[in-house]
Amino acid sequence: MRNAYVSALYDIAKINKQIMSLNADIGAIVFDKFKADFPDRFVNVGVAEQNMIGVAAGLASCGKIPFTYTITPFITARTYEQIRVDVCIQNSNVKIVGVGAGLVYSTLGPTHHAIEDIAIMKTLPNMKIISPADPIESKMATYAIAEIKGPVYFRIGTAGEPKIYDEDYEFTFGKGVEIQPGEDVTLIATGSIVYDTIMAARELKKKGISTRVINIHTIKPLDKDIILKAARETGAIITIEEHNLEGGLGSSIASVILEESRSQIKFKRIGLKDSFCSFYGTHQELKSYCGIAKEDIISEVISLIK
Amino acid sequence: MELEEIAKNIRKKIFLMSCRAGGGHIAPSFSCVEILVALYFKILNIDKNDLHNENRDRFILSKGHASSALYSILAKRGIIEEKLLDTFCQRGGILGAHPESHSIPGVEVSTGSLGHGLSFGAGMALAGKINNKDYRVFVLQSDGECQEGSVWEAAAFAAHHKLNNLVVIVDYNKLQSLGRTNDILSLEPFCDRWKSFGWSVKEVDGHDISRIIENLESLPYTNNKPNVLIAHTVKGKGISFMENIPLWHYRIPNSKEEIEIALKELGIDRKEFEEGRK
Repeated sequence: MRNAYVSALYDIAKINKQIMSLNADIGAIVFDKFKADFPDRFVNVGVAEQNMIGVAAGLASCGKIPFTYTITPFITARTYEQIRVDVCIQNSNVKIVGVGAGLVYSTLGPTHHAIEDIAIMKTLPNMKIISPADPIESKMATYAIAEIKGPVYFRIGTAGEPKIYDEDYEFTFGKGVEIQPGEDVTLIATGSIVYDTIMAARELKKKGISTRVINIHTIKPLDKDIILKAARETGAIITIEEHNLEGGLGSSIASVILEESRSQIKFKRIGLKDSFCSFYGTHQELKSYCGIAKEDIISEVISLIK
Repeated sequence: MELEEIAKNIRKKIFLMSCRAGGGHIAPSFSCVEILVALYFKILNIDKNDLHNENRDRFILSKGHASSALYSILAKRGIIEEKLLDTFCQRGGILGAHPESHSIPGVEVSTGSLGHGLSFGAGMALAGKINNKDYRVFVLQSDGECQEGSVWEAAAFAAHHKLNNLVVIVDYNKLQSLGRTNDILSLEPFCDRWKSFGWSVKEVDGHDISRIIENLESLPYTNNKPNVLIAHTVKGKGISFMENIPLWHYRIPNSKEEIEIALKELGIDRKEFEEGRK
């Protein structure tokens, strides 16, 4: 997803001279081409994230379109008040790109995991949040973000996520995607864990459970229609995210259902259970440890709809 | 009108609007009146009929709590209507105790939380360099504000990028909300700090308008460094019982005696004051 983002940003920068990349000393090698071809428009601000956001807001006020980039907790939590005041209150055209969604920086430990970013970003007025599921979506979303006026938080993975979409995939900001149809239960996920969710749905199908899978790439504004339709038609919803249960995608979806759905539905959220992850291993191993792996999804579905 | 007269007039406005509102920050506003008069009447290249001209100088009131001083000067320059000042902190008005850029003409950046203006200004200055514009960016900071770490991230950035089109003015009144800056978290050696960060530093009496102008007319101080003018000021300048007393950071006079003295020292007549309170 990271490479897809960087190469899409390069494409846009070639056409739109206002595009800039601001990095807080993260992004070795992958940004080399951008840096070489647009030296004026690449600024490594150093290990100084708060300043990066303020500088970006100043640049945006002069017509630039800065994409700020570093590891997720450092660009969301560390800089939170700069994002709130300099970007959101003033509706600045600044893009916040957090690399390393969820637990993907598995061995780097809880300082580098991104498990609260959705919660703290979604509560900011004017902020929009996009969380792509695979490299193709990451690329298409990057093109879309450059066209959106105002603040956007873009939550991407790193490298090696499996592909979900074909090259001709069309990204529509604010619209959820039904990845596969189903009647008995709906799984709603965001980010690279959409892939695990699809794999779980395949196995559930073998067990005779018809499972709908929805990818919510735009967490804010949320596509209520696709959620309400799923509630109406399947009567059971499980949300899956690589994020704390407190304040994540699942809590947004729960609010929509509670306020607007007329259907009686069964509902369950899968995510991190309000704890930091100090377990070390591969990304997949961490997901298993935290109870958000494919097998966990399968067993939650079975126990919810039995 | 003489600039000193304008400054006197601005203090009256600040006092009247704050008393009417029962809020705002009089003393921190009073300490930067002469700085704002110098900027808005001699230094800033801005056109009230073309406020968004891309070649304009930018001014950021990073110490946003001095908003009443900014509003008064914007009114004096004809950028906002003078009668708008009567709505300061009033129901339904647009002039809050901290200025907002989306609603108030002439306000470049919304401020209020300290330690934001310099990064924002550095971004504007960098855009000026990239776009080959020769505008300048002026950021007025308080001294207490310089305790924020973000100020020094921005200071390092500006020096590294040789932003000689960036100018910080520090309203160095040596007081902050709860006491003396030197007692709470010392900034000294203040000039050396800026120098060591790669800035060109000058100092001035922050209530001497002509000296402030001289210092701002000689910008940039050097070819390849950002500029800082340390303005030595008196918090509450203009009302004797407020001067240099931390308690007055956000207090509004309300006793008969206090008001009597303030009106006399500021040259406001009683009738105007009573009218303003209605």
